Amino acid sequence: MSYIIDRRPNAKNKSAVNRQRFLERYRGHIKKAVSEAVGKRSITDLERGESIGIPTRDISEPSFHHGKGGRHEGVLPGNKEFSTGDSLPRPQGGAGGGGGGSASDSGEGQDEFVFQITQDEFLEFMFEDLELPYLVKRRLAGLDSFKYVRGGIVNQGIPARINIIRSLRAAHARRISLTGANRRKLRELEAELEEIMKLEPFQRDAHRVGELEAEIERLRGRILRVPFIDEFDLKYNFNVRRPNPTSSAVMFCLMDVSGSMTQHTKEIAKRFFLLLYLFLKRNYDRIEVVFIRHHTSAREVEEEEFFYSRETGGTIVSSALKLMKDIIRERYPVAEWNIYGAQASDGDNWNDDSPLCSKLLMDDIMPYLQYYAYVEITPRDHQALWQEYQKVQEAYDETFAMRQLVDIADIYPVFRDLFARRAA
Amino acid sequence: MRREPLSTCSDWSFELIEQYDREIGRIAHEKFGLDTYPNQIEVISAEQMMDAYASVGMPVGYHHWSYGKHFLSTEKRYRRGQMGLAYEIVINSNPCIAYLMEENTMMMQALVIAHASYGHNSFFKGNYLFRTWTDAESIIDYLVFARNYVSRCEERHGVRAVEDILDSCHALMNYGVDRYKRPHPISAEEEESRQREREEYLQQQINMLWRTIPQLDKKRGGKNQKYPRFPEEPQENLLYFIEKNAPLLESWQRELVRIVRKIAQYFYPQRQTQVMNEGWACFWHYTLINELYNEGLVTDGFMIEFLQSHTSVIQQPPYDSPYYSGINPYTLGFHMMQDLRRICENPTDEDRRFLPDVAGSDWRETMDFAMRNYKDESFIQQFLSPRVIRNLRLFCLLDDDDRSELSITAIHDEEGYRYVRQCLSEQYNLSFREPNIQVYSVDMRGDRSLTLHHVRHNRMPLQEEDSREVLRHLHRLWGFDIHLHSLQDDEVVQSLHMPEAEEDRETA
Repeated sequence: MSYIIDRRPNAKNKSAVNRQRFLERYRGHIKKAVSEAVGKRSITDLERGESIGIPTRDISEPSFHHGKGGRHEGVLPGNKEFSTGDSLPRPQGGAGGGGGGSASDSGEGQDEFVFQITQDEFLEFMFEDLELPYLVKRRLAGLDSFKYVRGGIVNQGIPARINIIRSLRAAHARRISLTGANRRKLRELEAELEEIMKLEPFQRDAHRVGELEAEIERLRGRILRVPFIDEFDLKYNFNVRRPNPTSSAVMFCLMDVSGSMTQHTKEIAKRFFLLLYLFLKRNYDRIEVVFIRHHTSAREVEEEEFFYSRETGGTIVSSALKLMKDIIRERYPVAEWNIYGAQASDGDNWNDDSPLCSKLLMDDIMPYLQYYAYVEITPRDHQALWQEYQKVQEAYDETFAMRQLVDIADIYPVFRDLFARRAA
Repeated sequence: MRREPLSTCSDWSFELIEQYDREIGRIAHEKFGLDTYPNQIEVISAEQMMDAYASVGMPVGYHHWSYGKHFLSTEKRYRRGQMGLAYEIVINSNPCIAYLMEENTMMMQALVIAHASYGHNSFFKGNYLFRTWTDAESIIDYLVFARNYVSRCEERHGVRAVEDILDSCHALMNYGVDRYKRPHPISAEEEESRQREREEYLQQQINMLWRTIPQLDKKRGGKNQKYPRFPEEPQENLLYFIEKNAPLLESWQRELVRIVRKIAQYFYPQRQTQVMNEGWACFWHYTLINELYNEGLVTDGFMIEFLQSHTSVIQQPPYDSPYYSGINPYTLGFHMMQDLRRICENPTDEDRRFLPDVAGSDWRETMDFAMRNYKDESFIQQFLSPRVIRNLRLFCLLDDDDRSELSITAIHDEEGYRYVRQCLSEQYNLSFREPNIQVYSVDMRGDRSLTLHHVRHNRMPLQEEDSREVLRHLHRLWGFDIHLHSLQDDEVVQSLHMPEAEEDRETA
């Protein structure tokens, strides 16, 4: 007697809890491996999982077993050339030659326990402890900017929302359906009366005429008594309160492309931007990116051009900030968009321009921004722009951040630093 | 009596599985007289198979990170194609649960049914170790109880606290079995009500044991003479000893120790009968499927596919092959079982000399007897025939650290058969494979330290690093100092202490 059961529809992830426990337990190891991986990988392919290696020692489950030495005698299969009494040199590498049961069980020689984590988990670990500043706050605050959108027709509502056409149509339909039978009868009776009326008066059946007239009268009354419009004919427009798209963000990438910026510097900037982009992507449903490049004048460009074309000439940073300000005003109303700015530069600027930059930022840009990050990619000393920006930072301590990058390996630490979860 | 084949294409359906199962069951029961539990055949997906794999074949398991670790490594190897998934997983329960993977062809499903649902199943029901030590009726209930209990503990005491205890218990799992004492089965409800009683009384009892205020006795030598040693006799079941005597454990922690111990005990027979169990199952799938073929119920194509799978299961790479990883229990078991039948049916003079009792007897009775009354060690000792030794070209290799070279002590020839047999049998003796460690004494009047003794077999030492880790776990459970002495001919040759003693560190 056998029972055959189809278990396939059962939950698949029976091991999910255990797997999670494992990841939780070795969180430290995994985080370390992840941040190493971020350093090694090209930023463009952050969109996949990663294999994580943990030293086997650290996660072994110990048990008592025999060590090297002593007398091992074991049986092995597949003898080809040996006969009893033969001696052979001990193979290099220890007790493996013994072939005892314990030697094969222990699985020596594997130094790392390697396993895969998914892309989601990878990013989760990478972004752990990071939080976009005020994202939560904004989301809560965003509750007061609602939009009402049509949500269909309902039977109840306030008088101001009555949908007249729908209501009258409903009333009409009701009248038709309620009076249909009576009107058919009325038509029949009227036709009969007309027939009778066509006859000469003496031929008419006066009694029948009286009867018909009374009946017609009664039917008309009944039809009239059906109300023109009734309470349940009333239809109301229904509006749904939908929060404004606080889940959309726009990210401004500002970069200096003047002669002093080398391709290498731009590569570093690119990684920083992409990391920021990925990070935003995890927090917002919809993201737009605006690329602004500048030398002495600023232009909004496509991504390709932004990163790869090269210009010569001097540098006026304020041109880019001005453009950014204009674009915000035209296309990204603050009520609907979370605005982020990221600026990369080598720190060069026209000296007279730097005060203008900080003024623009302080007065026209920072009040509307969620966050603004400035990275200066240079091994040299800071110049006027940095000092001016420091003033901005003092004024907008919470939302303005600036750091110096020297090498590509600095990106991730700086990135983490910039977006580190703030206490309280 | 040739009949129409049951199926001609390789896709399976539930109807076909039912038909195959009916036919295989008919042949197994009526023709060969196999005695089995009822079968519960479950069709599962590859992912579910990996889940089952990770929880070491337990259909219901408590949560623990180590199962997650197994799952991750299984998953990785499977995805990389380094391993096929389990041939089958079968659970020693009543009804006997066997898993079929949905990816398998009809042939594989039939093979697994024959192998697991009739081969393993009858072994579980018949073999004395399983009959004595496991309780097929209630194991599932017990596992459910264990899982619920563990998650209740997690809620009450935190995941980490529970995990700590379980980690420590797992490290000692192989020392959580009674090798000789026989338990008597109890049902799950009984288990639960007893658990409550235990909780109440156990703590009292422990307190009794430790009631006396420890007296500071500077002269250590004197004290063992004054009082009887505790425990009076060495204890091999470390977890049991801990559960009953560890002074500082709370009752829920004791219960966790007990759960791990129970599960270890449940798997203990499997560890002792690997060769026999797999050999028996392989023998029967081979015999049953061939019988189906003889009756014309399967096609030639089915048989070719079957033989291909069968031979890959029982292949044994030679010792010098890169694929070699010990003796394949399927191969050894299958060859021994096949040869046992041959010795019964067509004995040669050699067989009459080596196995006089068996040669020429009724094969079904003999094999049934062997299946019921042996474990790997004794089965090999009793039934490994010269022909199997020759076919597998077995030889003995001695690695003695007293000598500079390895030596071949016996090969598959007239002088060597008995030696090889002896040697192979010992290789499957769990008490030789695992270090023999027992609780020797507790310093009840002094610092409450626990002393363990390791009795060396063939002068084999303990692997120090891992042993130290295990002692750390033991220390967590016991709560006081642990000493482990390794004895060679009653002389202490190696000592480990936890926490590590001063002199220990100096020498290290």
